[in-house]
Amino acid sequence: MIRRFQIITGAGIKVLTAALLAFSFSNGGAARAAETGAENGFLDYASPLELLLSPDGARLYVLCQQSDEVRVLDASTYSVIKTVTVGRVPRGFSLSPDGARLFVTNAWEDTISVIDTRALTVIDTWPVGAEPSSVVEDRAGKRLFVANRISNDVAVLDAQTGAEEKRILAGRGASYLTLSPDGSRIYATHIYPNPPRVHTEMDNRTAPESEITVIDAARAVVVDRIPLHAIAGVFHLAFSSDGRLGAVAEYHPKNLIPIAHLEHGGYFDYTLTVFGADVGKAPVEIPLDELERYASRPFGVAISPDKSRIFVSCGGSEMVTVIDVPKLLLYIHVHPGAFTQDLSASAKYVVAHIPVGHDARGLTFSREGRSLFVANRLDDTISVIDVRGNRVVQTIKLNGPNDISKLRQGEQTFYTSRQSFQGQIGCATCHIDSTFDGITWNLEPSGFGRDIVSNKLIEGIKDTAPYKWNGGNPNIPTECGPRTEKYFWRSENYDSLTLADLTVYIRSLSPRPNRWKLPGREQTPAQERGQAIFERSVDKFNKPIEEYNRCSYCHSGPLGTNHKLFDVGTRKTTDNSALFKSAQLINIALHAPYLHDGSARTLEEIWTVYNPDDKHGRTNDLTKDELNDLIEYLRTR
Amino acid sequence: MKMDLKTLVICAVLAAAAPIVSVAQAGSGVPKMPIFRFENFTTANGLPDNHVYSVLVDDERIWAGTDNGLALYENHVWKTYTTKDGLAHRAVLSLALDKRTGDVWAGTMGGLSRISGGRIDTYTQLNSGLSNDVVYGVSVEGENVWVATAAGGCKLNTRTGQWTLYNERNTPMNEIWVYGVAAKPDKVYFAVWGSGLLEYTQKTGRWDKYDDPDGENEIVLFKDQGLIHEIVTSVSYVDNIVWAATYFGGSRYDGRYWHNFLTKDSGLPSNFINFIKGVDADRAWFCTDKGLAYYDGLNWAVYRPSLKDGRPEMTVRDAVGKVTSVAVTTAPTHNYILGIDFQGSNIWVATAKGLSHGIPQNQ
Repeated sequence: MIRRFQIITGAGIKVLTAALLAFSFSNGGAARAAETGAENGFLDYASPLELLLSPDGARLYVLCQQSDEVRVLDASTYSVIKTVTVGRVPRGFSLSPDGARLFVTNAWEDTISVIDTRALTVIDTWPVGAEPSSVVEDRAGKRLFVANRISNDVAVLDAQTGAEEKRILAGRGASYLTLSPDGSRIYATHIYPNPPRVHTEMDNRTAPESEITVIDAARAVVVDRIPLHAIAGVFHLAFSSDGRLGAVAEYHPKNLIPIAHLEHGGYFDYTLTVFGADVGKAPVEIPLDELERYASRPFGVAISPDKSRIFVSCGGSEMVTVIDVPKLLLYIHVHPGAFTQDLSASAKYVVAHIPVGHDARGLTFSREGRSLFVANRLDDTISVIDVRGNRVVQTIKLNGPNDISKLRQGEQTFYTSRQSFQGQIGCATCHIDSTFDGITWNLEPSGFGRDIVSNKLIEGIKDTAPYKWNGGNPNIPTECGPRTEKYFWRSENYDSLTLADLTVYIRSLSPRPNRWKLPGREQTPAQERGQAIFERSVDKFNKPIEEYNRCSYCHSGPLGTNHKLFDVGTRKTTDNSALFKSAQLINIALHAPYLHDGSARTLEEIWTVYNPDDKHGRTNDLTKDELNDLIEYLRTR
Repeated sequence: MKMDLKTLVICAVLAAAAPIVSVAQAGSGVPKMPIFRFENFTTANGLPDNHVYSVLVDDERIWAGTDNGLALYENHVWKTYTTKDGLAHRAVLSLALDKRTGDVWAGTMGGLSRISGGRIDTYTQLNSGLSNDVVYGVSVEGENVWVATAAGGCKLNTRTGQWTLYNERNTPMNEIWVYGVAAKPDKVYFAVWGSGLLEYTQKTGRWDKYDDPDGENEIVLFKDQGLIHEIVTSVSYVDNIVWAATYFGGSRYDGRYWHNFLTKDSGLPSNFINFIKGVDADRAWFCTDKGLAYYDGLNWAVYRPSLKDGRPEMTVRDAVGKVTSVAVTTAPTHNYILGIDFQGSNIWVATAKGLSHGIPQNQ
């Protein structure tokens, strides 16, 4: 693996910035992959996701998601000191308070790499929960807290041995942890909304609810859950150095209204929730968007050391939004009450939009606070922003390939929001990190309020055609081309090359490891019993089950779909048709809610609530134990 | 009941060392038993309902499971969680604390709820693997939550989300009406209404069943030969000792020997025991329909409003059966006792007509 490194300074910056902007706004006509053998595969990209500065300010640590590395840069020259290989798909990292150890969460390996920052080598690898995404050590150096995205919890580990002490219930898709400045609290956020707490007939049409989980660092127990109403997707949280101001980046979808309202503006609000003594008793949600200038997919948050500015990386809009804190606080105090949907509000406190690279993610300040580093995940670059001038003064290239493969081009298209009307949304807005969002939508293909659909995981979908719940799209180009143009973007769509690249990317999405399968693919007794139920052809009364009513018929093959449409008795009054495509079962346990319209909150409810007539498989002869076994098996799919 | 001198000495030493036992009345010759001043809580001072099924002490916070919601007493103020907050059902029958995480688990008439940092997640027989929505008992053991329901017992592994059901198909459970559960890393006990006591050894996966040797006879033919009765309503497992409550007396089991308690030969005010909670290997509290009883391994004390005139009453029965009345000015708010928990030397008592806080007076 050849590591190249460039620093672009001076006049070159302007040229590069102009080139980047031109590239960003192009419709795919810019740089193309060279015709190499790797064009349909992963080139050797780094994909920087998160950044950290060492306590002495001498080093810049770069977490590289695609190359499974931590690159250690000299923070003054930006030259590479060393590259440390970690586990598969690293997603988060943090330094111990003394800076002696660097902890890295390896999301697809369910481990933590412990790096000795003096030797810059991995000295230990500790197992943790399912899909660890963020890690933080307490001030005392006793405990390590790890947010596990799939197991929806925060694992508490002995910081010296890695032995797990316990798990704390967090929000669904627990992903990002922040230690408060005084070290007393840990704040955990999560990327999927929590299940509705109260069951109603309209569970599939309720606004999402999220939370900030507040953990007492000394006792390692939850002491508060700050509710985030109508929020689905909560990312990084930052505090001012005095601890009086907290800010968290989030999505505020308007999934209860038809997506046609995208044309009216503000269909998907991108907001911060700010809280703390400076804000007042209650947290306040503030919009980042302006009409025709949306802050799509806010992710990273950094508050300047002097508390004068909040910087927010907006991956979909490929920019960093800058908020003037005194203006913001003044606005909040003068305008009590909700103003989330006021697209004129942000002009009162957003003072700059700084263009950066593709899919801007992690942020960190230089030691003196004069520079802000921005990880441009899909450009393999780091933007260096002069925080006083609000401009990029340097772009550090992380020696990725100069060629942009079709796959990479497709990924950039997937993660940008520039294709949609006013740049409001992109594929990744609802398919967070190329997954799903856990909520239901009214895409009104046949009228307002009709055909409510649940969003689904898209990993492994390349061979699951036809697409859409009604099977209306025969292939991915149709699904992502004309359909997207008409129902989502509400604007001119991709050219054919861009669509082709996007298709390459979506087809490349392979399923993440299934966490319920035992090593060696052995099954637990419950999973074995469940598989027998899944594959049975005779019910418990020895009556044959019609072929079309067997689990294994509609959900056949390794993907768990026979690609056909069936009436399984789940049609609602809002559905135009009773026929729905048999859903693929790939990692089915991950992406509740279920059924075409998300009306089943859990796998159990598919049968306990929505299968009264045995049309969705013969299941009413099963005991509770047997249904549990069936579900244990399904979770291994 | 027979006790040798060694046992008597051990009991006396343990009783004296225990924090909950205080000084008895000086010079009276009456055994040293705790005397309480009871503060009573009803709807008049914030409880959502006077019918309190269960009570749980969580450090300085008190949880009360009532017929009309889950009440939390904190900083002298009651707060109530209802179905509008996500609680599974208004009637909260049982409570358990996960001491590691601070989460509270509430068994209700309509499912199992997990209260964590103010958020309530609910598991029902429809949305989860819970065996039945009527949850009589709940017990937390490590990452497992053990549940007693009207259709068998079950276990939720909170780490994996897997449910395991225990019923007549995979245990020696003749009836599936499970009233109580006590889980520890080594053993789990299910109190089964009409099917005795079930013991599950976690290491081996072995089930053992303890029945009344008298069968279904209501006459005790062989006392101390086994469980006192098949209708087991509650079980407590502490210091490797099982304390079992039935509607026909109580039992203590040390893994080899049984010791049973009946009104006729103990200080129990009634054989009808709703709930039992062991303090340690020798001491336990019995929640009966005729008052609250405390057993210190030798002597008994009963706390209740008088069954005759409702006046506060405390009686002490010593090891030889002598009963002495102790003058008190307060008593639990009702004699129908449904639950108890400990807060140091304080006790919190769930009754059919309110919640009582017993504050020791003779420390």
